[in-house]
Parts: sequence; C-alpha cells; structure tokens
Amino acid sequence: MRALIEFKDVCKYYQMGDTVVKAADGISFQIFEGEFVAIVGQSGSGKSTCMNIIGCLDVPTSGTYLLDGRDVGGMNRDELAEIRNELLGFIFQQYNLLPKLNLAENVEVPMMYAGVPKAERRQRALAALDVVGLREKYKHKPSELSGGQQQRVSIARALVGEPSLILADEPTGALDSRTGREVLAILQDLHRQGHTIVLITHDNSIAVQAQRIIRLEDGHVIYDGPADAPEAVVTPKAAGTGEEAAV
Amino acid sequence: MSIFESLELAVKNIVSSKTRTFLTMLGIIIGVAAVILIEGLGNGLKGYVTDSFSDLGTNTLNVTVQSRGATRQLSVDDMYDIVSENSGYLDLCSPTVSMPGQVKIGSDTVSTTSVSGVSEDYFTIYGREIAQGRRLQYSDIAGRAKVCVIGAYLDQAYFGGNSVGQTLRVGGQSLTVVGVLTQKDDDLEESGSDDCLYLPYSTAARLTGTVSAYVITVKDEEQVKQSVSVLESALYEVFASDDYYNVTSMSEMVETMTSMINILVGILAGIAAISLVVGGIGIMNIMLVSVTERTREIGIRKSLGAKERYIMQQFVIEAACTSALGGVLGILLGKGLSTVASQVASSLMDASLNVSPTMSAVALAFGISVGIGILFGYLPAKKAARLNPIDALHYD
Repeated sequence: MRALIEFKDVCKYYQMGDTVVKAADGISFQIFEGEFVAIVGQSGSGKSTCMNIIGCLDVPTSGTYLLDGRDVGGMNRDELAEIRNELLGFIFQQYNLLPKLNLAENVEVPMMYAGVPKAERRQRALAALDVVGLREKYKHKPSELSGGQQQRVSIARALVGEPSLILADEPTGALDSRTGREVLAILQDLHRQGHTIVLITHDNSIAVQAQRIIRLEDGHVIYDGPADAPEAVVTPKAAGTGEEAAV
Repeated sequence: MSIFESLELAVKNIVSSKTRTFLTMLGIIIGVAAVILIEGLGNGLKGYVTDSFSDLGTNTLNVTVQSRGATRQLSVDDMYDIVSENSGYLDLCSPTVSMPGQVKIGSDTVSTTSVSGVSEDYFTIYGREIAQGRRLQYSDIAGRAKVCVIGAYLDQAYFGGNSVGQTLRVGGQSLTVVGVLTQKDDDLEESGSDDCLYLPYSTAARLTGTVSAYVITVKDEEQVKQSVSVLESALYEVFASDDYYNVTSMSEMVETMTSMINILVGILAGIAAISLVVGGIGIMNIMLVSVTERTREIGIRKSLGAKERYIMQQFVIEAACTSALGGVLGILLGKGLSTVASQVASSLMDASLNVSPTMSAVALAFGISVGIGILFGYLPAKKAARLNPIDALHYD
C-alpha cells in the first residue's frame, strides 16, 4: 500500500502576544490508501491544526507533509486551492452549504472550479445526490432540509470530484445521535467501497467507528493504532477513572 | 471557471437582493441620467441656436462702417464695387439703414415697427417673398422714390389687408406702400418678424444721413472664412486701417455660440460626473460590507478549490454588473427626462428645443459606469480574495 498522507515531524507554531503556542509539535504518521482513520483529541490537542494541514488550508511551520507524494509545505495559496480541489473532499460540522444555491448547484461548486463543463457537472451532481438519497430534492435550497439531509448533501459534494481523500471534520457534531449514526454509516459504506477517509473528532464513541485511531494531546501523538484496542480510547490522564473509556 | 459563470453568479446575487442593489446603484443612476440630460440639453440648445441663426442666413456677412474720424470715406458705390470685384467670393449686397422712430398711419402711431432702408436685393438675400404689390426696384433706389414695402402685421392691423397704394409717414416723410411681404411668423404680433417696413436705402439715407451698414452674401457657404478675409482686405485698402470697419458672419457667430454652449455643457457634465464618482464609492462601500457578510461563503468556496483570481473575478464582475445595470437605468431615466424637458421647454418658452442626447454620450456614460464598477469593485474583491480560508470558514 502507498502512503497517501505522510506527516514527518510536522510542527505548527502560532505567535500569541509574547508566547508561542505549539499547536502541533513534531507530529509524524502515515495514512495509507483505503484506510479509515479517526484523529481524536480534546480541544487544544492540535487536531484542528492537523485537520487544517491535512486539508491543505494551512501549511506547517516546520516538518514535511506529503500528500499523494507531493510536498504541500512549499505551495502557494493558488496551488493549495488546486490541490484541495483535486485531491480532497471536505465534510464540515456546519455542513457549509451555500444558502442561495440549490442542492445540485451546491454539489456542482467544486467541479465548477475544476473546469468541468456545465452539462457534465449537472449530470455528476445528480448522480452524487443519488448516492446519498437526495436526488429528488435537487431543486431545494439547503434551508429547506433537515440537518442530517444537509450533511448528506455535503457528503455528495465531497464525493463528486472523486477525491483521493475525504476529510470529515466533526461530521456528526451538529446532529442528533440517530442522524449522526446514519451519517457515520454512509462514511463506513464509502470506506468499504475503497475511499480513504480521515475523520476528526473529539468524541470517542464516534472515533471507534473508524478502523484506526490517532490520538493527539498537546500537539503530540499519544496513540496510533487500531480502533478496537482498549488503549485507543483511554487517555493517560483519564486512565483508571473509566470515564473516557465508556463507549 | 469562465467569465460567463462569474456573470451568472453575479446576476443571481443581484437578483436575490434587489432593494440593496437598487440603493447601491442609485448614485450611478442619478449621475448617468444627469450627464445624459445635460448633454441632451446642450445639443438641443445648439440645434436651437443654429436653427434660429440659419433663419437669418448663415451665408450672410454683416459689415458696419464707422467713417467718423477716418480720412477716407466709403460710399455705397465703393462698396458695390468691392463686391463686384470679388465676385468669386461675394454675391449680393444691400445697404441696411436702420431708422429709429415711429411709423404714423393715419392718426395711429406705431413705435414697434423695425424700419430699414435697403436695396432691391435685400429681399432675395433674406428670402422674403411678396404677397401683394411689388418689391422695391432699382429705379426706386436710384430715384429715391418715396415708396415702401411693409410686413403683413402692419398690413393686417392698420390697413385691413388692403394697404397697397395707401400712404404712411416715417420720420416725417410720406411713403406710398407698393408691396406687402408674405407672413413669416405663425401669429402676427407687435415686434414680430412681420412688424417691419422697408424703404429704399437712398430715401432712408436722406433722412438719417449716412449709410453705415451692409449685408452681403457669400457665393459658397463653405468659404465664409475666406470671404470674410477677402472683404476685410478690400476694406483695409480703402481705410488703410482696421479701426473703421467690422465684418461679422452669421456662421462665425453660430460657431462662437456653439463653442460657448460646448464649454457650458462640459462644465455642467463635469459636475454631474462627480456624482458618478460618489456612486462608485457607494458601490465600493456596499461591496466591502458584502465581502464581510459573505466571508463564510468565500471560505467555503476557497476550501472547495476556488483560486484567488476566481473569487476576485466574482466580486469585480458583481460590482461591474451592479454599476452597469445602474448605467442602463440611468440612461433610460436620462432619455425619459430629456423627452420631458423637450416638452416643458416647448410649452414654456414657446420654442422648439429638441433635447436629444447623442449615441456617443450614451455609450460613454455606460462605459464610464462599468469602469467605475470595476475600479471601485477592485478593492473589496482584493480583500475577499485574500481572506484566509480557515478564518473565513469559522466566521459567523
């Protein structure tokens, strides 16, 4: 298997007044094609920084990040935009659909920036909406849909460009547990079909739905291994209390 | 992403917030309408001036001679000689002796009539036709005949349309009416074009003294300037000085008036154009607000792969569309106001003022408004394009 994502000693420092915040401090891992990985951590653990770097929204202060063999660290903003368009499919906690566009138009947005001809765009958008079961509603506006439905539209939008990686940032964070499970089931389906998925979450119960867990704390990796191992869901600090272990 | 797709997005956005778009482009609408209206008014005024002067004959030169103090004199015969010597440029000539004073018809005294002593060619020069009787003839001039031709007003108002053969008095001199001119104005009025009286200049000169003004026509209307200089040099030869005569041409006067109107229109249009700039600033202001409002949208678009130039393109085109639409509405408003102005002018001033903006002014106004949109849309668009996608995504 080929490493799709390769973090080598990735650091991200922010200047906050006089102090330097080390949001990521020497993170290294590899994610292979076809994996379903959850990156877990509390707020401040560095998982958002990781998500931004993996999503090519930000570049590391030091260290290298190879996406599909390409070094992202040296790219300018337009090259990053191109990489995002070509290789990544985003699923956000807040769905982030454009409120003035209907569902089909929303799904078409990434293809528009990729230069796909109009007719093909519509056809592919409808096919992607079909996958998430919302083809009939393609003329509706996002505001006319429930949260779970909106998240499914955003999954369709993430899929439509046939990305190498689907990056889901707290995809169930704004949903009730039942619709959250539905969304997770879709992600698991996609994984079974061969998609590579990285799920960012603070919630262990969500994280264990993945195949592998990378746990972060204070900018370091403190666990990297199978999701079904007991230590995957136990943080060192919380060990023994059993609270965090509850699945 | 093509320009057309940006255009489509821009149109969608404009349509989805009609009130705001309208208020945004109000400045442009008013500015463009004002520029067009002023340009149209200027054109109307120029047309009006040209029309009214061409009534007086754009092919005529007016010569005034001020012989007092000059060592040499210019007689009427001298002037006729000058005209015939320069027959390549000059054509007809008539002395014009304007006589102050009143016309007495029976027991009535008329003080509004313009009384002029002229030659037999005068009526040809100004294209006046005779309705009854005859014109003045060379023999009248030569014989200092005590005759006159009168306008339709005097004929109708004082002679009941039956004036030929009757007598009247001008400056104490009794004159016999030999002809009546055809009516020129729509209505017969005191002081109008038909309230006039022409007698032989020789007869008039005996009453007033000297002949000091002439009207001369040029052969070719295209050669007015050359004709003026030919005439001036001939007069200079006579007086050996340019202090004693003055040659003016109607077409020169029209030119002078036209260029004055042009300057006036230019200044007014410039002032109106200031409101275009103000309108542009209004657009910039709203676009900046819109960038802030749509920060999240920009973040989403960027995360989905929009390059900076696409975001830039989208905002610039939206600003350009807004101002272009404003420009179109301004043109329509300006055209409408021009029509209204034409009608108001005709009804108030009793003159036909055709307020019509030229196509080039309309095109220019439209071009400027689009340009202003691009110019003032640039800054907000730049701001939008530069937004950090991470910050933009988490903006509420």
